[in-house]
Amino acid sequence: MAHDEVKHDYHLVNPSPWPLLGSMSMIVLALGAVTYMKGLFGMPEGTWWLLALGFVSIIYVMFGWWREVIKEGRAGDHTPVVSIGLRYGMILFIASEVMFFVAWFWSFFEFAIFHGVRTGATFDATNPLYQEALSRFAEWPPAGVEVFDPFHLPLMNTLVLLLSGTTVTAAHHALQHDNRKTAILMLAITIILGISFTGLQVLEYTHAGFSYDGTLYGSAFFMATGFHGAHVVIGTIFLTVCLIRLMSGGMSAKKHLGFEFAAWYWHFVDVVWLFLFAFVYVIPYIVMGH
Amino acid sequence: MAMDQVSTAHDDHAHDHKPGFFARWFLSTNHKDIGTLYLVFALCAGIVGYTLSGLIRWELAQPGIGPLTGLMEMFGYQGDQAIEHAKHFYNVVITYHGLIMIFFMVMPALIGGFGNWFVPLMIGAPDMAFPRMNNISFWLTVAAFIMACVSMLIPGTGQFLGFGGGWVLYPPLSSTTGHPGPSMDLLILSLHTAGIASILGAINFIVTILNMRAPGMTLHKMPLFAWSVLVTAVLLLLALPVLAGALTMLLTDRNFGSQFFDPSGGGDPIMFQHLFWFFGHPEVYIMILPAFGIISHIVSTFSKKPVFGYLGMAYAMVSIGAIGFIVWAHHMYTVGMPSDMKAYFVAATMVIAVPTGIKIFSWIATMWGGSIDFEVPMVWAIGFIFLFTVGGVTGVVLANAGIDHVLHDTYYVVAHFHYVLSLGAVFGLFAGWYYWFEKMFGVKYNKTIGYAHFWTMFIGSNLLFFPQHFLGLNGMPRRYIDYADGFATWHFWSSIGYAVTLVATAIFFIGVIEAAIRRRKGVGNPWGEGATTLEWTLPSPPPFHQFNELPEVKPESHH
Repeated sequence: MAHDEVKHDYHLVNPSPWPLLGSMSMIVLALGAVTYMKGLFGMPEGTWWLLALGFVSIIYVMFGWWREVIKEGRAGDHTPVVSIGLRYGMILFIASEVMFFVAWFWSFFEFAIFHGVRTGATFDATNPLYQEALSRFAEWPPAGVEVFDPFHLPLMNTLVLLLSGTTVTAAHHALQHDNRKTAILMLAITIILGISFTGLQVLEYTHAGFSYDGTLYGSAFFMATGFHGAHVVIGTIFLTVCLIRLMSGGMSAKKHLGFEFAAWYWHFVDVVWLFLFAFVYVIPYIVMGH
Repeated sequence: MAMDQVSTAHDDHAHDHKPGFFARWFLSTNHKDIGTLYLVFALCAGIVGYTLSGLIRWELAQPGIGPLTGLMEMFGYQGDQAIEHAKHFYNVVITYHGLIMIFFMVMPALIGGFGNWFVPLMIGAPDMAFPRMNNISFWLTVAAFIMACVSMLIPGTGQFLGFGGGWVLYPPLSSTTGHPGPSMDLLILSLHTAGIASILGAINFIVTILNMRAPGMTLHKMPLFAWSVLVTAVLLLLALPVLAGALTMLLTDRNFGSQFFDPSGGGDPIMFQHLFWFFGHPEVYIMILPAFGIISHIVSTFSKKPVFGYLGMAYAMVSIGAIGFIVWAHHMYTVGMPSDMKAYFVAATMVIAVPTGIKIFSWIATMWGGSIDFEVPMVWAIGFIFLFTVGGVTGVVLANAGIDHVLHDTYYVVAHFHYVLSLGAVFGLFAGWYYWFEKMFGVKYNKTIGYAHFWTMFIGSNLLFFPQHFLGLNGMPRRYIDYADGFATWHFWSSIGYAVTLVATAIFFIGVIEAAIRRRKGVGNPWGEGATTLEWTLPSPPPFHQFNELPEVKPESHH
């Protein structure tokens, strides 16, 4: 019958096991995380295998799921209208990531700006318990915290990341002009720069004059930069997948959604870093009178 | 748009290629099936949440600590032990009642259930934009619910099970000081999971609405329910990640030695409240906006008139959503914030009454002069408008920081938010249920049972929550297992109200079972000329894949 024919370009997806498997993995991951942190169901604190199992199964689900997406893309399911939808989807995902970072910046600003209000005005200053807090947190970064010199390793890292932003754009242009060799080269350089950034960040962390669990400054600093670092690692993996696909002839000059999304994501990570560099590295350093 | 302008009409089911049972219900990529799954899930979670509220009203029916102690004795605790366990158990019950009703009942039902079912149908789309991601939104919600239920049963603090710090999860109750056990950690991960599910769902809805409207359906011709889900989805997308950030900080405070919310390390517990309510206030609009959308359609359908001030209605929802992001600290007037800050939050909060008023008055104007059919969904909708208005005006009262200093954390607040949620969102939910029941399941319900459900629910829930205003004004605080004798009368009547809603719930299920047994065959459009949106052009239930040929909306037609 005529009406059985599909006369639209939208993508009707076949039933898929990945969502159910992913959710089951999520339960394992969560129970594993709680077991690792606190001990659960008779397993002692520090039991790691359940957490590892959850993590590995989530990775497996991601692998299987995205492999299917790539197959569908090759089969022509990503028509122009579907591609627009995928683009919207990626932009919205990045928007939600931006709001995730808003939480870290918000708490960092709150601690930086209102520390005096908390320790001074709203507390009973004659109470000896708070006297100590007052003396420790009368300034920001708190006394005794030695912050990084932003114009040393952090500046270097900023340049590395900005450079990687330009190389990924160069790779994109090359791909659009069907110059695959240059695209592969530029993408490979981007990935190397991404790995260098992570490496330098690890190096910087090992030289920190404060720790995550020692001071509030350390908590706020490592949470913000640490989550950024995690996003750099994810972005690097994303770009690496694109490189592998590119080398195996998977993307075309006209259609390379995966590459576009990886590039967008990389630029997002880049911009977040600029904010981190300005507000977490430079301003506290200047405020401290350097 | 009128139905004759729509070019497709399917009434042949023989060509539907449905997958087998397991693939259809567990591996689904079909928006209608996932919508049904969401509704069934919300019903199950709703029973759990509703049972917990029953425990609350049972305990509070009389002064003194009674029924819950008895329950604890059944579990083998004796004497003072039983009383101590009853106290903690009460805290656990109120906490999980709130969390389950919000995250696992109202949101899955209104957004996941009706949103999935009717947004694609109303905008003339064959399915959601990302059908497979749609399914992980559902299954992650189930996973989160399982985690929440497990967290109720594992150690919270000392020998006590579960987290009892209230649904707002404020530190220090939620940090290691209050609840050192694994319960809170698992609850945090449960909410993370529910958050991921909702963010993915929100992306799906926004993309579907922006990218898959039928040819000719501009945004300004889009049905109001689709508008409401669009605004809701944007709120979810922008608010939930901030909660995720706050929860992550809480988790690392508890386990990895960070000091975000720990004053002894210079951290700030109030910071958590800011982050929480920056999510939490949009969250209350997330729960009510889809109900607004449903009510607009019902009022228009049964008044046989287009909705009054369509554009005003759409942009009222947009402005409620936008302003909803800048009023969060009115939940925190008593934390010791400066007067200037209070003045700002009072003013900003009151501004929300303007677009909300636009909605209420436009509904009334839609009914005005209409030839009204008092069908079952219409009485629920009128009940919604009345009761939501009651909850809305107590909201204006509470928006005043000066008054709120007196009423903060009293039963007046409890009465207020149950009027907008339990009598607002839930009435909207039942209105949608009776409006679309025939469309979704292809059978008619018994109208007498529907009316009986409405009236018992209306009487019961009002008897349940109205006296709580009096309790609050007299100073009865929230979240206490016991109270002074002077509060006994209204608490007693409130509990009687719960018993009446119990009857209403029984009638609801009788209605569902009756419809399932009788199987009176439904028609494509049971509501006649007033029902003008695209879902009524399809048979009931719609084919497995609808709109294989996209419907066309003509330029001159209006919503």
